Amino acid sequence: MSRVTAQARAEVRMTLRRGESVLLALGIPVLLLVFFSLVDVLPTGTEDPVDFLAPGILALAVMSTAMVGLGIATGFERQYLVLKRLGSTPLRRGELLAAKTVAVLAVEAVQVAVLVPVALALGWNAEGNAVLALGAVILATAGFAGLGMLMAGALKAEVTLAAANGLYLVLLLLGGIVVPISRLPDALRAVARALPAGALSDALHGALAPAASVPGRAWVVLALWAVAAPVAAAVTFRWE
Amino acid sequence: MAAIEVRDLVVRYGEAPAVAGVTFSAGAGQVLALLGPNGAGKTSTVETLEGYRRPTAGQVRVLGLDPIRDRSSLMPRIGVMLQRGGVYPSMGPAEALRLFAAYYEAPEDPAALLSRLGLDEVDRTPWRRLSGGEQQRLSLALALVGRPTVAFLDEPTAGVDPAGRLAIRQVIRDLRDGGVCVVLTTHELEEAERLADAIVILDHGKVVATGTPAELMSAGGGRELRFAAPPGLDSAALGTAVGAAVKEDRPGEYVVEAEATPSMVASVTGWLAEHDVPLGDLRAGRHTLEDVFLRLTGQPSAAETERAPRRRGRHRREARR
Repeated sequence: MSRVTAQARAEVRMTLRRGESVLLALGIPVLLLVFFSLVDVLPTGTEDPVDFLAPGILALAVMSTAMVGLGIATGFERQYLVLKRLGSTPLRRGELLAAKTVAVLAVEAVQVAVLVPVALALGWNAEGNAVLALGAVILATAGFAGLGMLMAGALKAEVTLAAANGLYLVLLLLGGIVVPISRLPDALRAVARALPAGALSDALHGALAPAASVPGRAWVVLALWAVAAPVAAAVTFRWE
Repeated sequence: MAAIEVRDLVVRYGEAPAVAGVTFSAGAGQVLALLGPNGAGKTSTVETLEGYRRPTAGQVRVLGLDPIRDRSSLMPRIGVMLQRGGVYPSMGPAEALRLFAAYYEAPEDPAALLSRLGLDEVDRTPWRRLSGGEQQRLSLALALVGRPTVAFLDEPTAGVDPAGRLAIRQVIRDLRDGGVCVVLTTHELEEAERLADAIVILDHGKVVATGTPAELMSAGGGRELRFAAPPGLDSAALGTAVGAAVKEDRPGEYVVEAEATPSMVASVTGWLAEHDVPLGDLRAGRHTLEDVFLRLTGQPSAAETERAPRRRGRHRREARR
């Protein structure tokens, strides 16, 4: 087994073992999806709320794993000197980052495997283009992971914990996940569309609709975050 | 080729140098102890050898390689035990060892290593619930799983119960017998005395003495007679009476600088009896490493000052688990 494979498997095992990670990755998205699908109080603009919620909740799932889960775990690994210790093993930094990336994508696959059947059971009329959706998810994963690592590499672990959860809540509300961005006030709408969560939910709403088209603006925003956030993380990251 | 070589090493954080011009080396099959009070520069020196810090000046080589520039060829050949932490808190010993084993080409068998370090009973207990001693033993196991040629152990027995200490010392001797170069830092003289083939004493970032334990202990005369009595004795008068230099080393602790022959002991105790001075402890013999350390660094070793209260606390914690 290669170093990257062994490390990625360990990262996935540790994620699935942490109660708070599972709550964040699966518990909250499933709860929001089920609750607001059954209790039709959101201004979704669709006839059946699940048709709006399903793509948005998938965006939330990506954000929770790639940004919040990764950031908090890495912050504590830095604090417990795990990252320092790995620095004197043959595991290279690039290999560690590759393993973390593979692990995040694997957990996202588990999330999709749980959330899609739940949404379908709730009557989601799944349509559109899965390849476009996958492309958006991969770009967004890079951007969110960059943000998570940016916090983990610069802040104390406890501060990362608070900051990541705070950002999660802000992006949940502004990200077109439970409330359509079109229902936000004008000033907020512009901000929301420039954030990675808003761009991802725009992209997923576009890709997973009968017309299956993603607005160009969403691609641009996702691509910018996918480059800028990892670069900022790489520049500022401190291993101890 | 020396296994490790440190030449004129300077490590500076901001203004104050942590290491101010240190030179030493060690070969295969040798245990080298870096000894010194806290803040002497031990960890900075070792971390430079491990590739964590860049020398401000001077150079270090491990197996002839530069630890930073030649990182990828060096790391498979060294094992590192940090002073604390370094393991995923949710991982038990078995899982952590299997993961670390996967980093190396030809690792030790994790199960055999676990039983060698007495960790088989807790092999599934998460790191955060292990006792301090069990954590240290796991850290040591992780340093050895890749069959290193050079092992760096930072305070390997700190916080470990007596049985664990014996196990760790045996592992270190086995490493040496297997031709591994072991560099350990410690502030416990006993540890250095028992294990090391060579000792480098550091203080304020400089080497203040090097040698084998025997050389260091016989340095500066060797033979002496020590005794405890009330402070403030007229040591000049005693010295004249017995015909040797006498000084009050610490208040109430006297050193007669002479061979501790039976007649010398008799002269000293005779003088004390004549002056009706109660005699405390009387000790004949060589310097201990503690004396050497005290003389060179001007302070008792950290182990000595911390010994009584701390150790008892640690034992109780170990025993409860």
